[in-house]
Amino acid sequence: MYELIINFLEGPVPMEAYLIVSSIMFFAGIYGFIARKNLMMMLISIELMLNAADLNFAVFNRYLYPEQPEGMFFTLFGIAIAACETAVAIAIIINIYRNLQDVDVEELNQLKG
Amino acid sequence: MNFLSIFVLIPTLMMLGLFLSKSRKQIQAVALTGASLLMIMAGVLTYLYLAERVAGNSAEMLFTADTVWYAPLNIHYSSGVDGVSVAMLLLSAIIVFTGVLASWKIDPLPKEFFLWFSLLSIGVFGFFITTDLFTMFMYYEIALIPMYLLIGLWGSGRKEYSAMKLTLMLMGGSAFILLGILGIYYGSGATTMNILELSKLHIPIELQRYFFPVVFLGFGVLGALFPFHTWSPDGHASAPTAVSMLHAGVLMKLGGYGCFRIAIYLLPEAAQELSWIFIVLTGISVVYGAFSAIVQTDLKYINAYSSVSHCGLVLFAILMLNRTAMTGAVMQMLSHGLMTALFFALIGMIYGRTHTRDIRELAGLMKVMPFLSVCYVIAGLASLGLPGLSGFVAEMTIFVGAFENPDIFHRVFTTIAVSSIVITAVYILRVVGKILYGKVENKHYLELTDAVWYEKFSVTVLIVAIVALGSAPLWVSNMISDSLIPVIGQLAR
Amino acid sequence: MQYTLVILLLPLLSFLLIGLLDSKLKPSLAGNLGTLSLAIIAALSYYCAFDYFTADRVNGVFQPVIMQMEWLRFSDSLHIDLGLLLDPISVMMLVVITTVSLMVHIYSLGYMKGETGFQRYYAFLSLFTFSMLGLVVATNIFQMYIFWELVGVSSYLLIGFYYTKPEAVAASKKAFIVTRFADLFFLIGILILSFYTQTFDFATLTAGNSNILSETAGATFLGASVLTWALALIFIGGAGKSAMFPLHVWLPDAMEGPTPVSALIHAATMVVAGVYLVARLFPVYFFYSPEVLAGIAVVGAFTSLYAAVVACVQTDIKRVLAFSTISQIGFMMVSLGASGFEGHEGLGYMASMFHLFTHAMFKALLFLGAGAIIHAVHSNEMSHMGGLRKYMPITHATFLIACLAIAGIFPLSGFFSKDEILAAVFHFCPILGVVMSFIAGLTAFYMFRLYYNIFWGEEHKHEHQPHEAPKLMTFPLIFLAAVTVVAGFIPFGHFVTADGMLYDIHIDMTVALSSTVVALIGIALATLMYRKPTQIPATLAKSSPGLYKAAMKRFYIDEFYLFVTKRVIFNCISRPLAWFDRHVIDATMDGLATITQQASVKIRGLQSGQLQRYVLVFLIGVLLAAAIAIIVYLA
Repeated sequence: MYELIINFLEGPVPMEAYLIVSSIMFFAGIYGFIARKNLMMMLISIELMLNAADLNFAVFNRYLYPEQPEGMFFTLFGIAIAACETAVAIAIIINIYRNLQDVDVEELNQLKG
Repeated sequence: MNFLSIFVLIPTLMMLGLFLSKSRKQIQAVALTGASLLMIMAGVLTYLYLAERVAGNSAEMLFTADTVWYAPLNIHYSSGVDGVSVAMLLLSAIIVFTGVLASWKIDPLPKEFFLWFSLLSIGVFGFFITTDLFTMFMYYEIALIPMYLLIGLWGSGRKEYSAMKLTLMLMGGSAFILLGILGIYYGSGATTMNILELSKLHIPIELQRYFFPVVFLGFGVLGALFPFHTWSPDGHASAPTAVSMLHAGVLMKLGGYGCFRIAIYLLPEAAQELSWIFIVLTGISVVYGAFSAIVQTDLKYINAYSSVSHCGLVLFAILMLNRTAMTGAVMQMLSHGLMTALFFALIGMIYGRTHTRDIRELAGLMKVMPFLSVCYVIAGLASLGLPGLSGFVAEMTIFVGAFENPDIFHRVFTTIAVSSIVITAVYILRVVGKILYGKVENKHYLELTDAVWYEKFSVTVLIVAIVALGSAPLWVSNMISDSLIPVIGQLAR
Repeated sequence: MQYTLVILLLPLLSFLLIGLLDSKLKPSLAGNLGTLSLAIIAALSYYCAFDYFTADRVNGVFQPVIMQMEWLRFSDSLHIDLGLLLDPISVMMLVVITTVSLMVHIYSLGYMKGETGFQRYYAFLSLFTFSMLGLVVATNIFQMYIFWELVGVSSYLLIGFYYTKPEAVAASKKAFIVTRFADLFFLIGILILSFYTQTFDFATLTAGNSNILSETAGATFLGASVLTWALALIFIGGAGKSAMFPLHVWLPDAMEGPTPVSALIHAATMVVAGVYLVARLFPVYFFYSPEVLAGIAVVGAFTSLYAAVVACVQTDIKRVLAFSTISQIGFMMVSLGASGFEGHEGLGYMASMFHLFTHAMFKALLFLGAGAIIHAVHSNEMSHMGGLRKYMPITHATFLIACLAIAGIFPLSGFFSKDEILAAVFHFCPILGVVMSFIAGLTAFYMFRLYYNIFWGEEHKHEHQPHEAPKLMTFPLIFLAAVTVVAGFIPFGHFVTADGMLYDIHIDMTVALSSTVVALIGIALATLMYRKPTQIPATLAKSSPGLYKAAMKRFYIDEFYLFVTKRVIFNCISRPLAWFDRHVIDATMDGLATITQQASVKIRGLQSGQLQRYVLVFLIGVLLAAAIAIIVYLA
């Protein structure tokens, strides 16, 4: 038991640790997306999920295929996409707020048939 | 493309002409020309057909033609006629012609009305000339769809409801038909949808057992088979005159024709095995329709229930599965088509003047519109089977044919069906007595006028046809009867 | 004998001509046209009868003449032919029909003068004459059925001639439906008969004792042979047209039609169609189901008795005559039922036909006379008449002759024919003979009751002085009276017999004497009660009020029918059926539509448009899929 902990602390960080972190991030994101009613909070939740995914990309690349760089590139690509997406989303949210003075998703049903 | 396709071509050209015409006069001219052409062509076809037969051509279908339409599924545009289809084409042409005259002053949107009317005619004529299962189904659908708009737009009363009900129920029927057609196609393992080719193949009896009821029920809905007849009273009551005429006169015949041409002809073994189910249903139809008609107060409802009864007799006769009764069935289709069209035309004309169809409000019309009233009496007498008019010939042929089945079951139901002649007399005479005889009660009716030329013409054409069929039935009856030999051959196989 | 075709076609032509031109024709022209065509065919019929009965007999039998063409083919052996069959009874009927019809045509020129629809009236008369002639010369049973229906319709049209009168409309409807109901059985009878014999032809059917059944003769149904069933059903058809109890209800009401029509259709010709039908099929009845024949005798006797009793208390003169007609047709039926086939045994058949002939003449005379009276006093009720003999001498004389004839007084025609009937019935069953003699006495009584009430008794105050009818109307009366006087001396057995052989009529003195005595008693009673106004009828009526009222109401048969049609068919079958149709079957169809719609509304709820719910569902789905994958992987 003791050796296991020492090994854990002193040896290289195992892949599972990263995966645990990213899983927590991802599910926190899902929870946020489902439970939050505020559009901004939902956007943040989406970002959380995206970042979790990016983290996974990097980790799997680093541990499984260290000699190939594609995973890293994909992570960078993901970050760039997330930035754009956030920009667009915030623009939309701001516009919605300007028009309706509200960013509560349950109230936003004017396009519903 | 062959000679027969002209029956589809003429209404198509009519549509084109209507599309281009601007004034009401032009519309009327186009519609009347087209309808007259159709009638002439039907006459010519009959003549050519009989001439061919006299010349000794004993092929099952005459004037056949075949063009590939959609090769992967073996769908062909194939046409051909036998005595039964010739009779039906003749009937359709007469009804379309008189229907055009009956809607001479249709309002509003005359152009659109006749456009849909022509489309309906395409479907009807196409159905009778084709010998390909799928093409037949397609024409069936073409005939069905315009009905929705014609009733929904130009109808009266609860027209949207009725139009929706009629269309949905008939569409339900056509779903069954499609199922049946596909069943026949795949069940027989055929590489063709041509009825004549299919009839030579043998479909396993286990499959026939499934598909016979499906097809019969599908077409039966259109033939007002109990208990799927309820679209008929509502639909007819709401439809404009010409549409009622065409619908009861021709469209309901598609049902009988389909039952006969597809259900009996292609699935003969199952027909023999399962006919009893439908004999019970049609037997009920016959008396049930007649009894229901007795207490109706709306003229169109009376006629609609009477149609249920008479069309029940058509299906009943087809199910007797012998030559005499089936000849009677086709004769009854002709006869019922003509007289119900006459009825609806007259009801439309009476309604157009008095603005009511309630028999409790009408009385003494004989005094104010003698022509229409006399014609109504003639229609009534034809309906209750007076010798010399068409109804008698058809009914007697059916009854004699039905009596050829010697077992108790057939006898009992035949007797029930025969008893409808009394009930028919009751409701016909009730209406005639109430609306035509007696004293004029409503002062405003005294100013009403009798029929004008186009109304007189339309009614006269129908009456002449009824009298002709009723007093010289032999040639029609022989023409039909000879064409039934292949069907009887199928049944005996 | 090709010219006989003209007899059939000329009335049809005249119907089409007058009917199609209708009001474009001048009334007088239409009337003359119809009468002229009738005169021609009457002359032709006489010539035809002369021609036919002077031809040579082969084996002692007049040879039937058949001309026909195919009209409709059902199967190889069953086909309807239209044509002419001339044999003794059809030729006899031709003479009867054309004579009475011609008289009615002439009479109507006067009687219907100035009526609206005069042309229509003549068109219908022509139609009726055509149909009736077609019926009697039918070569096969289906042709007979065709014309049977046609006479029914002409009768319907003529009864409803005054179509603005509600009673006339109701009566016409009733007549048609009741006879139609009987025709239903007739039709089923024909269907059964034709199925087992594979023929409609009278010639084949009545060929004598040879076996006509092509199928197994032993076919039975509910204990009786199919042929018995068929024949019984066919008789029901005949009973409907001939107003046999209990299908007689339409005939008294049919008196709503114009009186000449009653004379023609409802006294002389159409109503004897049932008798004619049985006579036509007589060999079949006799050889294949004598039990039905016995039934016919019983039905005839009962009807005759019933109608005679009712006739004694009716006050409408046309109704009295109507019931008298029913009663006399009963006589004919009894006679047919009691008849044998050969020689003296076949007396009943001959007597029945003879009575048909003589009755047609004097009953037409009675009706036409009644028409003249109604024309004069503008009422049908006896109480509005009385003492008319002074004003209408010709009508009075001819009416008296007819009354004496129907009562059976020598030497008028009724005496001979009724005597033969009674003789035949006594031979068949003495009890029945006594009953029929009693009815003959009743006949004499009610006819003279009628006679005295019209021409004698207390004079009623009239607004207009009654006057004798015009010449056009009295001529037929005189003609028919003359026929009534002499017709009895026709050696009828030389022309019409059951087996076709010559038969000499000889009067059975005991029967003749007893029946004359009975008739005289009837007349005497009537004279006593009605010649001068007395209290006897009223006291009699009071002494048994129940019977009197019941007879007056025709023993409530009409009420029973009304109950059956109105209550049972209308309210207990049709209304519930119509309700069932709207509220059960239609509601089921509507219900299907409603269920579909409701279901779609429910399903639409799932598509809430709320993104977060979608994600939740998606997540749950993914987790489930993952769980399943894991379970499957582990397993």
